[in-house]
Amino acid sequence: MEFFSHQTDFKFMATRHVWYGLSAILMIASIVMLFTRGLNLAIDFTGGVSAQATFPVTADLGAVRQRLVAAGFRDPQVQNFGSSRNIAIRLPPEPKMTSQDVLRERLEAALKAVNAGATVQQLSVVGPQVGSQLETSAAWALFFTLILIFLYIAFRFHTWRLSLGAILAVLHDPILVLGWFAASQTSFDLAVVAAILAVIGYSLNDTVVVFDRIRERFESNRRLPPNVVLDQSINQTLSRTIMTKVVTAIVVVALLVLGGPVLKGFSEALLIGILAGTYSSIYISSAVALECGLTAEHIFPTIKKTAVDHLP
Amino acid sequence: MLEYARWKYILIAAVLVIALLLALPNVFGSAQALQLAHRDHSPVTAAEATSISGYLSQHGVHFDKYYVDGSGRLMVQFADVSDQLQARDLVDAKYQEAYISALSMVPRTPRFLSVLGLKPMPLGLDLRGGLDLLYQVDVNSAIAQSLQNYSQDSGRALAAAKISFRNIAFIKAGGSALQNAIQITFAPGADLSAAQQALATPLQGLTITPQSGPDGPQLVAAMTPAQLKQREDYAIEQSVTILRNRVNQMGVSEPTVQRQGLDRIDVQLPGVQNAAEVKNLLGRFATLEFRLNDTTGNAVAAAQTGNIPLGDKLYTKTPNGLPLLLKREVIATGDQLTNATSGQGQEGPEVEVTLNSKAGDNMLRTTRQNVGKQMAVVLIEKRQETSTVNGKKVSREVTEQRVINDATIQGVFANRFSITGLSTGEANDLAILLRSGSLPTPILLVSEQVVGPSLGRENIRTGIAALVIGMAGVLGFMLIYYKVFGLVADLVLIANVVLLTALLSLMGATLSLPGIAGIILTVGIAVDANVLIYERIREEIRKGVTPQAAIRAGFEKAFSAIADSNITTLIAGIVLWVFGTGAIRGFAVVLTLGIATSMFTSLMGSRALVTLMYGRKRKVARLPI
Repeated sequence: MEFFSHQTDFKFMATRHVWYGLSAILMIASIVMLFTRGLNLAIDFTGGVSAQATFPVTADLGAVRQRLVAAGFRDPQVQNFGSSRNIAIRLPPEPKMTSQDVLRERLEAALKAVNAGATVQQLSVVGPQVGSQLETSAAWALFFTLILIFLYIAFRFHTWRLSLGAILAVLHDPILVLGWFAASQTSFDLAVVAAILAVIGYSLNDTVVVFDRIRERFESNRRLPPNVVLDQSINQTLSRTIMTKVVTAIVVVALLVLGGPVLKGFSEALLIGILAGTYSSIYISSAVALECGLTAEHIFPTIKKTAVDHLP
Repeated sequence: MLEYARWKYILIAAVLVIALLLALPNVFGSAQALQLAHRDHSPVTAAEATSISGYLSQHGVHFDKYYVDGSGRLMVQFADVSDQLQARDLVDAKYQEAYISALSMVPRTPRFLSVLGLKPMPLGLDLRGGLDLLYQVDVNSAIAQSLQNYSQDSGRALAAAKISFRNIAFIKAGGSALQNAIQITFAPGADLSAAQQALATPLQGLTITPQSGPDGPQLVAAMTPAQLKQREDYAIEQSVTILRNRVNQMGVSEPTVQRQGLDRIDVQLPGVQNAAEVKNLLGRFATLEFRLNDTTGNAVAAAQTGNIPLGDKLYTKTPNGLPLLLKREVIATGDQLTNATSGQGQEGPEVEVTLNSKAGDNMLRTTRQNVGKQMAVVLIEKRQETSTVNGKKVSREVTEQRVINDATIQGVFANRFSITGLSTGEANDLAILLRSGSLPTPILLVSEQVVGPSLGRENIRTGIAALVIGMAGVLGFMLIYYKVFGLVADLVLIANVVLLTALLSLMGATLSLPGIAGIILTVGIAVDANVLIYERIREEIRKGVTPQAAIRAGFEKAFSAIADSNITTLIAGIVLWVFGTGAIRGFAVVLTLGIATSMFTSLMGSRALVTLMYGRKRKVARLPI
């Protein structure tokens, strides 16, 4: 089986300005979403209480919510996960951090009033102090990743033009993922942060495979115009790009469907990131390098014309 | 003809055999168990073991087997969690006085593997249930304590050198140069250089700058960033040690206590469900003081008027509620204990303490001189109380001093004696707190999470299901898309999962749900290297190259793409590993190792297999790719 039985010849670079427009629209939409709706931050960041409980029969969410309010819990969020018998409860941070045991008793009492067979399976109480440290370490992680990758690509491919393309593509994907999380209001927890950083690595993977081919094409024919070389490189790696994406999508969908509530946000972030990464490795990383005036001489500086030629 | 060096085949075979062996214990997994230890740490005898197991089966609890392990603990192994929980409740109801029980897991590793020291990966709390507590160390209070010490030492040194000074103040925060410093003010015209000389020893390492203040010349001694860091690190490391001591005293199986981030300590207690008991002990800051009772003074009058006789201290929290005047001089403190055990004495629960030699000598001298007089035991506890002031959270340290015992000294004693006047629970807790040492600075609980054992099993089930289905999907798809070469990729992929599992087991990594997600994602990513190679082979065939030349070119030309693309992903993985904590780190470790192993298996493993299949034939007409 093959997706493409013969070599494709799509003119990717010719239409790049259209795709810049699309990217710009998506990025702006994502950023607007981020600022207007914001992320639905999980208690990993905000502090608060999260609990999971199981009922012997289908849980009546309305009744649970009512009982919780009656028991003195301020705006509880109650929703199903996995099955109709499992519920997840989220409470805002308590002004005074109540001991978990008191909380558990109150919570269990409220749930048992709805159904005597209800049990609390998991309970987390996170103080509001936790968040800030996480944000700074995530920011540092992102910063160092970008710097190291910029340097590595500049070292391996001898030009900052490709590095810049790669970094812009790498920034493009997480912004779209964040936009998606703001739009869908899916709970944004630590696992999602891990997924986003994995997306960065994964999206780079693609970009570098295309770059590798660009390097190879330039080496075999230095006289070809750069936009032709870029088109050829993307076309020649296209079946690999699609194949790898399909395979990764298979496992990520398996995670999304079967992984349970803990991994839902994680797998969603991966799926969006993989889609965005495929597109950005074609249209952003290579196209940006082209805009920066990438030529064969940048990758193979040995054949650089001598400085004398440039003199008037 | 394709060739591949013989030593590479041998290397691949050896790596795979070792990996299989290391990964194998994970297939057998672990069984639920109940761990019982004597409270006094004496080994459980065979007769006791028989009696407890008899009691369990009498009450209809099914267990697989029981045995006393190398540390003298009784381990009862169950096939099912519900039996385990029922057994714990039964044992706690009947044997609580003598035994500490803990939910535990025992590897089901067969003997031929366990003799090699091989074990399955331990499961994280999200997969086995348990309690996770995150504490924040109050490093500011540790710094404040250092400043206090510096100012006391400086005062003493100046007095010894007969240099007069007006006052010593500390500056916690202020201008950039004045942070975390002490400020000594002298009378106008004082000889600052002489003072600086006298202070050289007590303030060693601090940056001392003279300046002129409104009341006279001043010396400002600031702690350097390196000193601050050292002081903070010390407070955190010390807290970790003490928390670890306390956790070990509680008889939890396989606890982990580790520093996390800048000033946090993460305590993981597998199998523990009741947070109250644990938290009560872990975060407590308690010590003892022994003081003589000054019966000559009128304590009631002192409490009313506030006129406390010189050399005395007033205590209002006492066993009978009446105020007491105790001598300022402390005979011994909790830090000077070498051991403390709780038990039942003639006068009810008691804590038997052993003092070190210095405090023991002091106690001997004091009791010899004061037979017939009263001596009191003061329990000092520090707590962190959080309250909201003007909408801002303020946490403040509260110290409570309570006289727990005030008794007549009947005879002379030295380093071993008992303290009474406590309830059984208090005596147990106090013994543990005294034994484990006292925390250098208060710690604050910032997050706690408890996962029930059945949720843990559910998480394992969903994790494994996602792994199996995802992997089956990938294997099936590769087979359809690349035919025989797809089969090669499948074998390589399976080898990669084995290798990754082996490496994780070897490192002693804990398997958590994000870790399983990492393994699943690795399966998807690891395929990439094979895809790159196979697509390259197809390309070469399209160019009209002979099959064997296509194979060779495919592997060779795909190499740089595989190496560069994987190294960039590795960079992201390693950064995540370094900066992440908890779940993120677990995921990063798996991802990073998975990429590394996939490079080995796809580049070497698949080449070896393909060469084995097509290398020997003189001519291959067509490649099934």
